[in-house]
Amino acid sequence: MKISACTEKVCVSFARECDLLAAIQVAKQEGLPLLDALTPYPVHGVETAFGWKSSRLTWVCFICGMIGAVGMLWFQHWSAAVSWPLDVGGKPWNSLPSDIPVAFEAAVLLAAFGSVAALFVACRLRPGKDPGDLPSRVTNDRFVLIFSGDSPGGGQANIEVAMQSFHPVEVQTLP
Amino acid sequence: MTELAHDQPPLVTGNKSLDDVTRDICAPMERKPTGLWWAAFIASFSALILGVVAVWYQLVTGIGTWGLNKTVGWGFDITNFVFWVGIGHAGTLISAVLFLFRQKWRTAVNRSAEAMTLFAVMCAGVFPLIHMGRTWLAYWTLPYPNARGSLWVNFKSPLLWDVFAISTYLLVSAVFWYVGLIPDLATIRDRSTSKWQKRCARFLALGWNGSARAWHRYETVYMLLAGLATPLVFSVHTIVSMDFATSVIPGWHTTIFPPYFVAGAIFSGLAMVLTLAIIARKTMRLEDYITKTHIERMCKLMLSMGCIVGLAYATEFFMAFYSGNGYEQFVFLNRALGPFSRAYWIMVSCNVLVPQLLWIRAVRRNLVAVFAIAIAINVGMWFERFVIIVTSLHRDFLPTSWADYVPSLVEIATFIGSFGLFFTCFLIFCRIVPSIAIAEVKAAAGLGNPKLPTSEERAA
Repeated sequence: MKISACTEKVCVSFARECDLLAAIQVAKQEGLPLLDALTPYPVHGVETAFGWKSSRLTWVCFICGMIGAVGMLWFQHWSAAVSWPLDVGGKPWNSLPSDIPVAFEAAVLLAAFGSVAALFVACRLRPGKDPGDLPSRVTNDRFVLIFSGDSPGGGQANIEVAMQSFHPVEVQTLP
Repeated sequence: MTELAHDQPPLVTGNKSLDDVTRDICAPMERKPTGLWWAAFIASFSALILGVVAVWYQLVTGIGTWGLNKTVGWGFDITNFVFWVGIGHAGTLISAVLFLFRQKWRTAVNRSAEAMTLFAVMCAGVFPLIHMGRTWLAYWTLPYPNARGSLWVNFKSPLLWDVFAISTYLLVSAVFWYVGLIPDLATIRDRSTSKWQKRCARFLALGWNGSARAWHRYETVYMLLAGLATPLVFSVHTIVSMDFATSVIPGWHTTIFPPYFVAGAIFSGLAMVLTLAIIARKTMRLEDYITKTHIERMCKLMLSMGCIVGLAYATEFFMAFYSGNGYEQFVFLNRALGPFSRAYWIMVSCNVLVPQLLWIRAVRRNLVAVFAIAIAINVGMWFERFVIIVTSLHRDFLPTSWADYVPSLVEIATFIGSFGLFFTCFLIFCRIVPSIAIAEVKAAAGLGNPKLPTSEERAA
């Protein structure tokens, strides 16, 4: 289920990352409708606990970098040898070694901007976006698991019982 | 992955909780600026105004106001350019290279070092722009379709490579810095009580909510940016060195220049990071985050870079002798014994001799000593660029063309102005964004698994 389609979210807050990791594993085993986790910093092991594959953003970076490098090599060749061949100190018009530094810079620039733009698109981040109702202190010191409240087995009482042994600090239901 | 090896000193001292980390790092932004901050700001801003006036004067009058002449065509302008670009390099070293090497201690200084990179590159950019003389035509360095043919830029010139290298460096550093800031901006958005601060943080935090899926992608992109910034930082100073190395001037025309410049850049940048970190930890009360261990580790890095720079000086001298080239040999003897020998010996003593004190542990942990050494290195590295540029030029091939170089007041004022720009930006930075990466420190310091309160404590 997509998190955006969920009308009621049960948020269970923990004070420690080890509790969060253990709770994810149990929630997965018991088939609870786990949607996502919110953490103040990247907790290592969450992605394996959720079973996520490595991100495909590396491909975006590679493709953008290649476009930058090849595009700039072509442009330098075209401008210096085709569009207006200019004799610079008797050097050959099409001198590949001197084209490499600028092609490299263009590759880095496009790869960096491309991957950051792809990150923003993939995570739906945009300037001024309203983060919505967040569980308290989630950008400070709380590790939160979000369950779908609509799905079968997703009621607050049910989830509270399942999470009891992981020292939850707070259980809230948010729209 | 977040736990540290047992023999490592803690990254954050003072037994902090996650909440303490947030509060301590946000505190300087939430309290009113101190008198010390205002004093520093007024001094820096005055220097900036002086620089603006000097730049305005030379734009209106022309760069004949400089002390340059037909023989010494590069002086303070390019010296300052190379100096400032070099300062920027340590920021990328700390944020990207040390990230790839999994050096967790970098989290104490990476945010401020990256900010320093941005401001230093801005300062550096000023000098080639005014050096052009007709600065208003600076856009001619970009390859855009134009009504002159189109006449394209000369892609065979290292000066043009510089245009691309420096602008890419500025843009990528800015993006890297901003991406690192997003989670911290979300923290400010969620805790701030000031209306304007909250509004700005909300706009810039892009709706960040700390979702594990977002973190998963974020970490991938952060790693990619670090992987891109690492070769970028080496390419930038390599290209700067090619401005010299691809010429036919004795003293410049050497293959050692790229690694020599990169090492020198990181060396001078680390000195500037230490200068700022030592002031910041004291004035912003961040002693628990920028500990003596952090300072000591930076000192070790600086010492190793200083030794590489020392080796480069020796190699240059040896190669001049070994080449059997009379012009090359003359340039190097002239550097050490000629009219600018004082600059040469300041360079050698500040960059090679003084840093040797850092072999001693007690010196590395003595903040006053480290501060003094860092300042000496800043001075020494400025003189290094001056020596490379001016001493190689002032004795031309023909003795009839020999000339001297004395910077004019306008050049000195512009140089002071660049410091004004740098410190004004840095002081504003300390007030408006967290000067330490909150999320990164939390993750690196392993504070996420505190001891749970016992049932008695909970009842109390």
